[in-house]
Amino acid sequence: MLRQEGKSPGSGVGIVKTKYFTFAEGNERFNLTLGGKLGPITVAYETYGELNEDKSNAILIVHALSGDAHAAGYHEGDKKPGWWDAMIGPGRAFDTNKFFVICSNVLGGCRGTTGPISLNPETQEPYGLNFPLITIRDMVRVQRHLLDHLGIKRLLSVAGGSMGGMQVLQWMVSYPTRLLSAIPIATTLRHTAQQIAFNEVGRQAIMADPYWKSGFYYGGYIPAKGLAVARMIGHITYMSEKSMEEKFGRQRKGNVSPFKFTADFEVENYLHYKGDKFVERFDANSYLYITKAMDLFDLTAGGKPIEEIFKKVEAKVLVIAFKSDWLYPIHQSKEIVRACKKAGLQTTFCEIYSEYGHDAFLLEVEEESHLISHFLNKVARENDIELSDLG
Amino acid sequence: MDRPEYKIIEAMIVPNSTVLDLGCGEGDLLYMLERQKGIKGQGVEIDETAIYSCVAKGLNVFHDDLDNGLVDYTDKSFDYVIMNQTMQEVIDPHKVISEALRVGKRVIVGFPNFAYWKARFQLFFCGRAPVTPSLPHQWFDTPNLHFLSLADFRDYCKNQGITILQSAYLPDHFLVNLLPNLLAESAILMITRG
Repeated sequence: MLRQEGKSPGSGVGIVKTKYFTFAEGNERFNLTLGGKLGPITVAYETYGELNEDKSNAILIVHALSGDAHAAGYHEGDKKPGWWDAMIGPGRAFDTNKFFVICSNVLGGCRGTTGPISLNPETQEPYGLNFPLITIRDMVRVQRHLLDHLGIKRLLSVAGGSMGGMQVLQWMVSYPTRLLSAIPIATTLRHTAQQIAFNEVGRQAIMADPYWKSGFYYGGYIPAKGLAVARMIGHITYMSEKSMEEKFGRQRKGNVSPFKFTADFEVENYLHYKGDKFVERFDANSYLYITKAMDLFDLTAGGKPIEEIFKKVEAKVLVIAFKSDWLYPIHQSKEIVRACKKAGLQTTFCEIYSEYGHDAFLLEVEEESHLISHFLNKVARENDIELSDLG
Repeated sequence: MDRPEYKIIEAMIVPNSTVLDLGCGEGDLLYMLERQKGIKGQGVEIDETAIYSCVAKGLNVFHDDLDNGLVDYTDKSFDYVIMNQTMQEVIDPHKVISEALRVGKRVIVGFPNFAYWKARFQLFFCGRAPVTPSLPHQWFDTPNLHFLSLADFRDYCKNQGITILQSAYLPDHFLVNLLPNLLAESAILMITRG
């Protein structure tokens, strides 16, 4: 649909390393929204590009349910790049020649940031289900600590899709003066019954696994089957009927004889593969805590009128949604747009034609890159931001 | 792109005002108004490809359908609402005009005049639905759902209690001003409620 802009995408950010930052140490504890306390908290994060002198060119990337701090480039020895590599790098949507890009693993995660798999300092055992309930707001507050640590007072933008989009919206609400723009993608102001329902089935699959052991399974067998099933359900919701039909149809795998409940259809095989791969890199308890945080997310809580939600916000907003996304359907993005309109924010909304379903936010790189790169350039121009310009 | 009606619209707009452009297309008019008049603009456009052009120009734009209404905007939230060559393409022009008049202090409408003499000539002498520079489509592929003359629109304004503040016509020639309903190919009017 889009013409190439003549600028070659370049070769990415190269080899990167995850860094760590710890706060709430000693007597200092981090108070959580739902009443719990945590400390110390370690945050895994990566950065790409150069921070300019007045620290005004920083962009925070926030990840979805299964993401992590490794958004771009390659870890030493890895064959696969970070989860949004196509969007982050020299000449890409989040152009590291101009911007300083930060991505951190969320609170409650299992990829370096403190979560249920981390050691509880009081017991010297992994937290397991002694980990307190967390919210999207807590994740964002932890990110704010990271920014304080990096000396960044104001972000040029914060961007993310799906649960990342929820964090973007929470950023707008929690720290309206600390960001110049926001890019919520394929997301919602609150989880609906259907979205909660899918998450609950995933959680029940984990908790029904005998190896789950009420969350205290560390050091022994893990609830691999349960977590894999949860991931399989997730993958069904990330694709559209059409994209599944095109990818698999009724194709069978090899000459496996049917009706013995083996994975004889290609789609079954795919889901099994995705489930098993996920177990290698994700902790079942993190899945429980993070999906619960998503379900609890509701910026309209307490009957808050839509015009009140972004009342204090001044950021310029780019809302992106995808036509075939039925997990976070268009009308949810339009509700975000309504809230922005009512708050008088400078807003752009684009519904990208895509057949990939919710996965589109990771796949429709060309359209997203066009929208995001022009949007970010405009934000930088309007605010006289000095860009690194290493290009 | 040389669009003579852009010059006319530009002349109607006070610098540094707020402008909502309904059916802004690729955003050329809004972009020009931002640059020349320092306006704060917002576009609404239904075509996805056009949205990409708007964003490339740094404009704020909503990918939306005009018939969906402007319900989310409070009364008089824009100095101007522009409907250039879009009024005749919406399903319910009466509703869209009424909403535009509610959210905008002033509304600028531009539309092709169906009573232009060449159109009349084609219909009367050739017995064919007119195809003119301002009505360039055949009946089977036109985006225009409604056909109206300048006189029709003036009658509408009168019946609806809408005040016409300014009128301009194309082609821009002093003779056109004498008999606009016959000689104007298209009209640009600035209107307000009350």
